[in-house]
Amino acid sequence: MECPDGLHYTKDHEWGLEEDGTLTVGITDYAQGELGDVVYVELPEVGTMLKAGEPFGVVESVKSVSDLYSPCSGEVLEINPDLESEPETVNSSPYDRGWMIKVAVSDPKELEKLLSAEKYLEFVNSLK
Amino acid sequence: MEKTTDAHTSQWRIVDHDVIKPGTRGIVFNEPLIFENGKPGRTGCDIPQSEFPKRNLTAHFDPALLRHRVEGLAEVSEPEAVRHYTRLSQWNYGLDGGFYPLGSCTMKYNPKVNETVARLEGFTGLHPLQEPQTAQGALRVIYELERMLCEIVGMETASLQPAAGAQGELAGIMLVRAYHTEKGNPRKKIILPDSAHGTNPASAALCDYQSVPMQSGPDGLIDLAALEKLMDEETAALMLTNPNTLGIFEKNIKQVCEIVHKKGGLVYGDGANTNAIMGKTRFGDMGIDVCHLNLHKTFSTPHGGGGPGSGPVLAKGILAPYMPVPRVTLENGRYALDWNQPKSIGALTAYFGNFGVYLRAYAYILSMGPQGLNDVSDAAVLNANYILAKLKDHYHVPYNNTCMHECVLSDKLQQEHHVSTLDIAKALIDRGFHPPTIYFPLIVKGAMMIEPTETETMETMDMFIDSMREIAELAKTDPDAVTKSPTLAKVKRLDETQAARSPDLRHRS
Amino acid sequence: MLSAIGVASVEDLFHQIPQNIRLDRAYDLPSAMPEQQLLRHAKDLARQNRPAAATASFLGAGAYNHFVPSAVDQLIGRSEFYTAYTPYQPEISQGTLQAIYEYQSYVCALFNMEVANASMYDGASALAEAVLMACRIEKKDEVVLSNLVHPRWRQVVKTYTANRGLKLRESVDHKAGYADAKALAGLVTDRTAAIVVQSPNFFGNVEDLAAIADVCREKEVLFVVGVAEAMSLGLLRPPGDFGADIVVADGQSLGLGLSFGGPYLGMFATRDRHMRQMPGRICGKTVDHDGKRGFVLTLSAREQHIRREKATSNICSNQALCALTVSIYLSLMGRQGFTETAKNCFYAAAALKERIAASRRGTKASFDLPFFNEFLVDLANPAEMLNRRLMEKGMIGGYNIGRDYPDMKNKMLLAVTELTTQQDMDRLMEVLGA
Repeated sequence: MECPDGLHYTKDHEWGLEEDGTLTVGITDYAQGELGDVVYVELPEVGTMLKAGEPFGVVESVKSVSDLYSPCSGEVLEINPDLESEPETVNSSPYDRGWMIKVAVSDPKELEKLLSAEKYLEFVNSLK
Repeated sequence: MEKTTDAHTSQWRIVDHDVIKPGTRGIVFNEPLIFENGKPGRTGCDIPQSEFPKRNLTAHFDPALLRHRVEGLAEVSEPEAVRHYTRLSQWNYGLDGGFYPLGSCTMKYNPKVNETVARLEGFTGLHPLQEPQTAQGALRVIYELERMLCEIVGMETASLQPAAGAQGELAGIMLVRAYHTEKGNPRKKIILPDSAHGTNPASAALCDYQSVPMQSGPDGLIDLAALEKLMDEETAALMLTNPNTLGIFEKNIKQVCEIVHKKGGLVYGDGANTNAIMGKTRFGDMGIDVCHLNLHKTFSTPHGGGGPGSGPVLAKGILAPYMPVPRVTLENGRYALDWNQPKSIGALTAYFGNFGVYLRAYAYILSMGPQGLNDVSDAAVLNANYILAKLKDHYHVPYNNTCMHECVLSDKLQQEHHVSTLDIAKALIDRGFHPPTIYFPLIVKGAMMIEPTETETMETMDMFIDSMREIAELAKTDPDAVTKSPTLAKVKRLDETQAARSPDLRHRS
Repeated sequence: MLSAIGVASVEDLFHQIPQNIRLDRAYDLPSAMPEQQLLRHAKDLARQNRPAAATASFLGAGAYNHFVPSAVDQLIGRSEFYTAYTPYQPEISQGTLQAIYEYQSYVCALFNMEVANASMYDGASALAEAVLMACRIEKKDEVVLSNLVHPRWRQVVKTYTANRGLKLRESVDHKAGYADAKALAGLVTDRTAAIVVQSPNFFGNVEDLAAIADVCREKEVLFVVGVAEAMSLGLLRPPGDFGADIVVADGQSLGLGLSFGGPYLGMFATRDRHMRQMPGRICGKTVDHDGKRGFVLTLSAREQHIRREKATSNICSNQALCALTVSIYLSLMGRQGFTETAKNCFYAAAALKERIAASRRGTKASFDLPFFNEFLVDLANPAEMLNRRLMEKGMIGGYNIGRDYPDMKNKMLLAVTELTTQQDMDRLMEVLGA
C-alpha cells in the first residue's frame, strides 16, 4: 500500500496536498483497494462551500458506496473533470491523476489536525 | 462420455451423459433482442376493424398533440414473439426446474391450484372501482384473508394493501410514527440489530427516523444489556426479525419487548422468516406490536422473477386507527368499504394492493388448514437442520450448530485455498442447483444462507449436500476448477464493473 | 434425518422457543380443503362478483378493460419465468434479465425518455417515488401538484411524503377541466422542486404539456408527468417530447387484467443525468468472461441493500412479471397493432361522446377539450342514481366523480376501450335517454 510523505491524511481515508493555500483532495491507496473497482464518483459543483469533516461527494464501486469527507473547510475551486468518464483512475492513480477536488483552505489551522503519512499508516494497520 | 455436435451455426449443442446428473444441459438456443428480430410492418396480433367510423385526427387534436410514429417498438409475428420469450424462459432457473435454497426468500413450491384460482374470470375481470355489491366475493377474500393472517401471527388488525414486503414494512413504520405523533412526540430513532435487512434502515429513513445500529451478542442474539442502554424515550421502535437473519430464534424476545415497551417504544417484527414458526409461536404473543408478512415467501405465491409480491401489514389493536384505507368491513352479511378513518396513514397503492397475488395465498392457507401450516414449520426446520448437520464438517458454521428454517455457513475454510463464497455459489450452478443467498447477513464474512423449505425431499437435499461436499473437496484439490465456474450456464461470469461504469440500459436502434 | 441431526424428535428442534410464548392450541382456521373442494369454494366466490370485463362497462378512472392476446397469458404462464426469484445469479437468470432490458427499452420508447427502471408497484406509488426523487435532485421540499391528477395517486403521494416534511401545493380549480399553466406557475415558490401533472388528466382531457413545460423551464423546476392510461401513448405525443424530467405510468392497460386493482405496473423513466437518483432495480448490458453479451442488475449502489438509510428507496421486490407481461404485449402488438388499438379506443370514445351530445335528456359532455378514451358528462341527476339503474340492467356505469370532487355530484366519468361495442353503447343510451 502506497502512502506518500508530505500529504495530509484523514481517518476517513482522504488525502490532501497543500500548495499556496489550496488543498488538492483525493482518496488513499488503501481506500481504493478496499472499495474495489470504482465505477462512479459524484463531486460537488465548483463554488460549493465545504466544512471540515462533512461529506462533499460519493464514491461508488460495484458492491459498495462511501461518502467522501472534506479534510478542510473552504470553497471548491476545481473538480477533476476526467473522473466522470474514467472513474477507474481513482484505482490506478489515487494520489495523482485520481485527485478529486481542489479547495481554497479557509482555516489553515484545520490542516494541523490531520494525520501525517506515518500516523495514517499506523491507523490503517490498526484496522487490520 | 460427452459428445458435442455443432450445427453449422453453432447455435445449439447436445450434451449426452451416461449418467444423468443434475446440471446437465440439453439444447440452449441463442436469441437476440426482440428488437433485432422481425421486419418493419410485421405484427403479432390481428386488430379488428373498429365498428365505429374512422376520424380525421387533426380535426380533433392540435397536430402538436399527436404522435406521428411510435419509435422503438418491435415488429414481429406471433410465432416469432412466442419463440423469443420461450427461449428467454429457458435461460432461467425457476423453482419448478430445481432446488432453490435461497436463504430468507423461502422458495417453496407454488401449488398449481393457486394459479387456477387466481385466473378465474370472476376475479381477473373485476374492476377495482366497482360498487361493493358487485364485488362481494373479492371483498370476502380480503376480509377473510386479513382475519386468517391475524390468527397466524397473533395480531388484531391487518391490511393487504402493501404490494411487497418493503412496502409492508414502510406501512408498519408509518403506523409507529402515527401512533407516537398522536401521543405528542413522533420520536427520532429506530434501533436495528446489525444483522438487519437493508430495507429496515431505508424504510425508517422514509419515515424520517434515524437508524441506530445495535451490535448482536456473541451468540448472534440481541444483547439485552446493549438494548437497555440504547433504548430511550426518543426511540420510536426496535425492528427485528425472529427467527433472526442468522436462522436463530431470539429466545429472550419477551424481555426484549418489555425493555422497549417500558420506555414507551414499539416493537416491529419483520415477517420474512415466518416459515419457521407457524403453529409454534406468534409475533403477537411474543410482545411484538406490528409486523409485515411476505406472502410470496411463507404463503407460496410465486415470486415472478422479482415480483409482484404481497406484503400485508398486521398490528395490535392500538394501531388499528392508523391502518391504510379503505378498510373492508362486514355488516349483516354484506361486505363494504370504510373510508372514514381520519387517523389513517392513507394509502400505499391506488386500490387494494396485489389482489391477484394474495388470492393465491388465500387458496394456500385454505388448502393447508391449521395442522398443515404447523407441519410446514416442522418440515422446514427439520430440512434446514438436516442440511446443517450434513455440511457442518465441511464448511465453517459461524454460530449455533442447530438452526430454525435456514442455516448460515461461511467460506472460512475454503478461503485458505482462495475459494470464496461466490465461487462456491457459481460451482453449484454447474451442478444444477440455485445457489443459496450469499454475503448476507453482513455480520458473517462470506456468508452462505441456505433455506431448503419444507417442500423438498430428502433425496433432493442429499444431491445438494453431495454437491456441496464435492465442491468443498475440490476447493482443496483443484481450486481453479471451482473459481472458473460456472461453465455450463448460458453465460460465464459477467463483467459487473463494465455494466456500472458505462451503463447500457436500453436498446438504441 | 433425525439421527443425522442427533435429536430424538422434531419437537426437540424447537427447544429455542421458550414455553411461555408457545402456541398451545391449533390455529383457529378452516380445516384443510382438498383441491376439488378448494376449487368449488373459489368458483363460488368468483360467482359472487360481477366482473366489469364480462359485461357492458364504462368504468375506467385509472383501470381499463383492454384486449389481451392469448399468447400473453400462455407465455407468462411459463413457470421458468414465474417461479424464479429476483435475478441475483445472472448466469442462470438471463431470461428474466434480457426481458427486463427489453422492458426498459420499451418504457423509454413509449415515453421518449432516456432511462427507465425495472418497474415499481403501480402508477400511484411510482408517482410518489417520482416526487421524492424530484425533491432529492433539487434539494427542495415542495412540489406543485395538479388536482386533476388521479385522486388515489395523489393520496399515495401524500402518504409517502407526509413524514418527510415535504409540502404538496395542490391546485384548487378544476372547473375548466385542465391544469392551467398560469395557475400552476402561481403556486411555485423558491422551495419548489417540481410541477406534477397527469395527461390525459383524471377527467380524461389531454393537458397542454407544452405550456406547462414552458413554466417549468422558466421557473427552473423539474417537470413530472403521470400517465394513468398507457394506451394513450399510442396516439398522443409522449411526455418526453415536451421535455419532462420524470415520467411515470401505470402499465395495466398493456396486457394486464383488471384483477380488482392489482397486480398492476409502475412504469418509471427519467433523463440520463438523473440516472443515479432513480429508485428501483435497473438491468444493464455487459459481457461475460468470454466476451459474450449478457445482462446484470446494475447501479445497485443506489439501493437499500448497499446504501441502507441513504438509499433512493426501500423497494426491492417490484412487479417483474407484470413488466414481462407488458413487454410481451407490446411485442405482439408491434408498432402497428399498438397504434391501431389506440386509435380504435379514440374512435369508439368519440362515437359515444357524439351520441351523448345529440341526446336531448339533460345529458351532455362537460368539456369540449381534446380527450383520448375517457370524458366527463353532465347528468340531469346524481351519477349514483344512474349507476344504480345501469346495475339493475346488468351494466356497470362510469365513475361517480362526485366521490372525489364534491361539487360534481351530477357528473360521470365514462371510459371506452377498443372492446366497447355499439351494442354496449345502445344499452347505455337506452338508460341515459329514459
